[in-house]
Amino acid sequence: MLTIGMGALLILIGYFLGLAFDSAITGLVIAILLWVILSLVAYFQGDSILLSMSRAKKIKRDDHPRLYNVVEEMKIASGLEKMPNIYIIDDPALNAFATGRDPNRASVAITSGLLQKLNRDELQGVIGHEISHIKNRDVLLMAMCGVLLGTIVLLAWYGGRFLIFGAAGSRRSSSSGGGGGATIIILVVALVFMILAPIFAQLIYFAISRKREYLADASSALYTRYPEGLASALEKLGASTGQLKSANKATAPMYIINPFRKKGMKASDLSSTHPPISERIRILRAMSGASFNDYDQAYSQVHGGKGVVPAASLAAATVPIATVKLEGEAGEPNEIQRARETSDVMWRLSNYTTIECDCGAKLRVPPKFKEPRIKCPHCGRTHQL
Amino acid sequence: MLPVYIIIGVVVVLAIILFILYNGLVRLRNQVKNAWAQIDVQLKRRYDLIPNLVETAKGYMKHERETLESVTKARNLAQQLSSAGAGERAKAEGELSSVLSRLLAVVENYPDLKANQNFLALQEELASTENKISFSRQFYNDSVLRYNNKTQMVPSNIVASMFGFKASEFFEVTLTAEREAPKVSFT
Repeated sequence: MLTIGMGALLILIGYFLGLAFDSAITGLVIAILLWVILSLVAYFQGDSILLSMSRAKKIKRDDHPRLYNVVEEMKIASGLEKMPNIYIIDDPALNAFATGRDPNRASVAITSGLLQKLNRDELQGVIGHEISHIKNRDVLLMAMCGVLLGTIVLLAWYGGRFLIFGAAGSRRSSSSGGGGGATIIILVVALVFMILAPIFAQLIYFAISRKREYLADASSALYTRYPEGLASALEKLGASTGQLKSANKATAPMYIINPFRKKGMKASDLSSTHPPISERIRILRAMSGASFNDYDQAYSQVHGGKGVVPAASLAAATVPIATVKLEGEAGEPNEIQRARETSDVMWRLSNYTTIECDCGAKLRVPPKFKEPRIKCPHCGRTHQL
Repeated sequence: MLPVYIIIGVVVVLAIILFILYNGLVRLRNQVKNAWAQIDVQLKRRYDLIPNLVETAKGYMKHERETLESVTKARNLAQQLSSAGAGERAKAEGELSSVLSRLLAVVENYPDLKANQNFLALQEELASTENKISFSRQFYNDSVLRYNNKTQMVPSNIVASMFGFKASEFFEVTLTAEREAPKVSFT
């Protein structure tokens, strides 16, 4: 529904822009052509652009077995057919995102900061959220909406200038006779529209994005059968203040939390891609079961008004929350161990060799180092490379 | 002439509806089949992991011979029953899950074993396989529910009975035995 609204905005803006060229059709054609080209670029290149922009490193099963396993668990729970690619972003900020134009060519990425902060249940909740973005095809939807928004903003910017500087001059000479008053009124309406359209488009875009976030939270709870995992992960995410260096506005809706979030955001904030974290946590904790129905009820209870889950996916089945998680706490590494493990992975992915000296020091040998042996700077033992 | 076109139109529309309903049923039936295969893959993975785990743990857990033996026994029994009916099989797998979680709880008592990198890797694999088993079962049961609903609800039930789509069985595990696995604490 909202997406159609955005499309209508684009077509209208094209129409008004056409007035500047004395033909509405030219404007429409320009608008649609621009949108198609940008969409195609986003469709075929979107994920690789995003991943290379955020300097994400692809990992294999052996690089980080726990992360790989958690992703595979969520892949199985969601019934996704193909295992998504997994990336780690070397950034202490806490965030994660999903990308890929269809479920068979998808990737999930997580920052090294988040990876070491979360325990297994929390990681599962976050990955469940990202996998459901893939499963629900949100990546494609938000890419298309983002391109739509970008096109509207671009056209309105140029169109506004055209109307002010270009059209005013040419119009005086061409329409010498009657009907000049009507033309001016149309021009003024067009100008106002050029100013308002980008703002509306932005608000619609944010509304779509927030809806998909709620749906992804609901799906994550359904897949893991354990809403508390995601809730407690969001708590940790909300407590952090670091902003992701490599994020930008176009990619914001794909992250688990808004990468541009400021402290103390209001609950009724219309100009955000993500719902407030505190509200998302309260909804997850208010769930009495793990099904979409339960999420919908919890949403109405916390937020008021109607639910957010599309009626088509509301199943009548009751789904209990798992009370005892199956994996014991036995093998769970603590935060320090996770930090070491993650930094080991990051060094290895940068092609550094790690040597553990008997004195307890860890030597990170850069790939450029060509000598056959190296001396430990701590105790002076020599190691063969 | 006109009524002939109307009749042809109605027939074409009916045929299209039939195709859509039939394809929907086939898709769901295949999903159920795939989900079942996924459970099988994970259960087999567990059979493969257990002997390694037991072998690694043996050296450290001198006082837990009984626990280790019961794990091996439960594994062998489950493997033997893997071609048996769903009910019997589910029971054996549930038993295996419960002895395994008992073993992993006891591991807490052996710091040397917990420091063994090989064991830690195996433990992570095993814990994850347990999760994958329960997630694949969860997805299987969800798929069966959707498929069964389709075979019983109007109008797809007509197509289902015409082409012999039969309702599938749920994979129920005696949840109590598995979920309330004894938590051993050594404080």
